[in-house]
Amino acid sequence: MSALEVDLAGAAGTLMIDLAFRAAERPLLLVGPNGAGKTRALLMILGAARSARGRVTLAGEPLYDAERGIDVPVEQRRIGFLPQRYALFPHLDVLANVAFGVRNAARPDRLRAAREALRALDAEALAARRPEALSAGEAQRVALARALAARPRALLLDEPLAALDVSIRRDTRRLLADRLRAWSLPTVVVTHDRADVEALDGDVVVMEAGTVVQRGRLPDLVAHPATAFVRQLTSDS
Amino acid sequence: MSPAPAAARSRPVAALLWRGALGALAGLLLLLVLLPLAGLLFASPPRHLLAGLRDPLVIPALRLSLVTSTISLLAILVCGTPLAWILARATRRTTQATHVWRLLETIVELPVVLPPAVAGVALLLAFGRRGLLGPALAAAGIGLPFSRAAVVFAQTFVAAPFYVQAAVAAFRRLDPDLLLVARTLGASRPRLLIAVAIPISWPALAGGAAMSWARALGEFGATLMFAGNMSGRTQTLPLAIYAALESDLHTAQSLSLLLVAVAFALLVAIRAGGRR
Repeated sequence: MSALEVDLAGAAGTLMIDLAFRAAERPLLLVGPNGAGKTRALLMILGAARSARGRVTLAGEPLYDAERGIDVPVEQRRIGFLPQRYALFPHLDVLANVAFGVRNAARPDRLRAAREALRALDAEALAARRPEALSAGEAQRVALARALAARPRALLLDEPLAALDVSIRRDTRRLLADRLRAWSLPTVVVTHDRADVEALDGDVVVMEAGTVVQRGRLPDLVAHPATAFVRQLTSDS
Repeated sequence: MSPAPAAARSRPVAALLWRGALGALAGLLLLLVLLPLAGLLFASPPRHLLAGLRDPLVIPALRLSLVTSTISLLAILVCGTPLAWILARATRRTTQATHVWRLLETIVELPVVLPPAVAGVALLLAFGRRGLLGPALAAAGIGLPFSRAAVVFAQTFVAAPFYVQAAVAAFRRLDPDLLLVARTLGASRPRLLIAVAIPISWPALAGGAAMSWARALGEFGATLMFAGNMSGRTQTLPLAIYAALESDLHTAQSLSLLLVAVAFALLVAIRAGGRR
């Protein structure tokens, strides 16, 4: 399996972000309090926000390397991205949303690939719906299908469950954990919910004020919380 | 007497006075708008209006107005959309260059508040025989002033800001996540504009285009000064109204009603487009 290797530093307003990790077999769970720079870090990995120095390597291919002057544009990195509010295209129906990123194919093939991606998320029945007619849970699955249909080489999910009602969050979390395992893509999930950390069973990187304060598996964090935030995160169960 | 009933009594009186005052003021303005429109409609019998439409001024002016305002609109759409996109993207983040872009944006909007006479002089000073580009244009054998092209120039100059303003505002309102997700899905920069930004902003763009078209159709002052008032050549509908006013009031009235009808249809279209 390929790996996403990140070692980046850059300024985001007054915040200095400095972050390194390697995501491969297990999802990488990027946790931290609000304003820690988690979303900004995702944007830097995507190539949408500027980094001052560092490297991003995906499956051995450099996407960004400050020293060597490499900076592959966002649209060529093939990293799937799920923003917090999912950002479905409001002018397209669900099927057209999912087909948007299917490349190099005739229209019937693109639609077939889109249907397949929807089926993979139990969302095929939504194909003809408009985004504004979807519940948050449905929108999340459609957004995931859309990212998947573009055949990404890695996935970045920004608080994928935060917009959902508590009532459906658990089922959706289970579905997400299950699908991420099946796709086995290098995946980064931003969250600040311990239940996500448990269900997705990944390597945790704790970010505070732009920098990594602790990393490890959940039991390590529970046993030796490095900061007040980690203690709080791991204690409420 | 307890004060409570007195207050209860005085409230309806105050409310009545207030509503009366509001109604009177609103009614005054309404009258000022409605009376001239009523004059246009009812000042002459329909027979005379139809006769007015048969005036030889009418058909060439109508045709010229429709053709030039449509060309102006197309020019505004084709060049104004990229301009609005550039302005909206450039002013998204605050950098040192932002001030320059904001200034450019203000300059683009300036014709909205510019008196038409000033626009006419400005166009002459740029493209006229003794204007900035005069010698260059003359060397190339192009005489812009008092030509049909001048009509289009004048209309485009005064009408473009309405569309550009609407488009900049619409593009600025776009959720940045939508554009970013489109890029992560492999969308090239042209596709970002054509397949995401424009379709999502469509209602606002259509409204801005309708405003621009209406403004181009009604253009008078700048056209008069820069393109002249030559029947069949540079005489648009508004100029024909002005010319007809000197000889035949009925023709002026018929032409005016024609313009009102077109403007009203556009306004309805804008409202419908905005609600979509």
